[in-house]
Amino acid sequence: MWQALYEELKDHGFVVIAVALDSREGDPLPWIEAAAPTYPCLIDRDHRLADLYHMVNVPEAVWIDERGTIVRPTEPAGAYEGFRRMDRVTREMPADAARITAEAKATYLDAIRDWVRLGETSDHALDAERARARAPQPTEDVARAHVAFRLGQHLIRHGQPEEGDRWLAEASRLHPDSWAIWRQRAGVTELGLAAQPDFWARVDALGERRYYAPVDMKGMP
Amino acid sequence: MTETAETVLPDARVEGERLWLFPVELEGATGWSSRPEGLCRGSICVPIPPGREREFLRGDQIDAAALWRHLGQPLVHSADGGTWVLGTAAADRGAAWHSLEAPDFSLPDRTGRRHSLSEHRGKKVLLVSWASW
Repeated sequence: MWQALYEELKDHGFVVIAVALDSREGDPLPWIEAAAPTYPCLIDRDHRLADLYHMVNVPEAVWIDERGTIVRPTEPAGAYEGFRRMDRVTREMPADAARITAEAKATYLDAIRDWVRLGETSDHALDAERARARAPQPTEDVARAHVAFRLGQHLIRHGQPEEGDRWLAEASRLHPDSWAIWRQRAGVTELGLAAQPDFWARVDALGERRYYAPVDMKGMP
Repeated sequence: MTETAETVLPDARVEGERLWLFPVELEGATGWSSRPEGLCRGSICVPIPPGREREFLRGDQIDAAALWRHLGQPLVHSADGGTWVLGTAAADRGAAWHSLEAPDFSLPDRTGRRHSLSEHRGKKVLLVSWASW
């Protein structure tokens, strides 16, 4: 998804660092090989960046300027709920949902272009006050969820899958907003394709709530 | 295990919710050490509450779990006590967000080569999550 943008902007002082929140050995590799990206594609099986940057889903992005300052805290990266209106059998999306999905992605990419071109004068690069206002506010339960996740992943990798899975379940209980934790657990219990009904059930249970949090950016749905 | 490291500590003594470590183990695993001022890491020192020394110190050893709870930081351990994860409190994450300094990290790519955020200082970085799920 990011390769074209990276090619376009890499000579203007821009880099993409993609992080796979993938815990099973070998899981992200086929996708990385197929995409053949030339920017760093890192593997974060313990979800350390999800902890450090409060990432709860994919794709989510953080904008970091040349001095290492966050100018846009973690937010969905041009992603939209259009998929919720997808036909679950044919996987077709209604035309208007597909259009809004494409527009959300295009808007986000244009915002990045604007930032690379204009730097801190870009409307999309937030000053300290606005950036802090949008920063996540992790709770103690979220902090506990990340240690539980880390322990669970370790136990699964070291021959204790049942106890490990109990810790992943605890992590999800403590941090129910995290799709990253929930989806990882679904993988561990080897539900495979059978996880799909569970996934749709959990999405449907959101009701009116967003799967991807709304992004405060001009033109975003 | 802490935020940044996994350490094997063969001399650690686990007793229920207590994790007794020798000073060199505690410092190696967590960066915390015992000084006259109390328990310290870098420029931060936390005095041991008067009268409660035995909760934290026993002979040469320090109860890392007592320290972690005293700091208000989350910790968990496996049922057999063989693996402990000493985590970071929400308040510390909140303070980091307030500073707006992007936390550094080091993670491997598909070839095993490690990359850090700091090696890209001087560029605009889009840090973006993805997954095969």
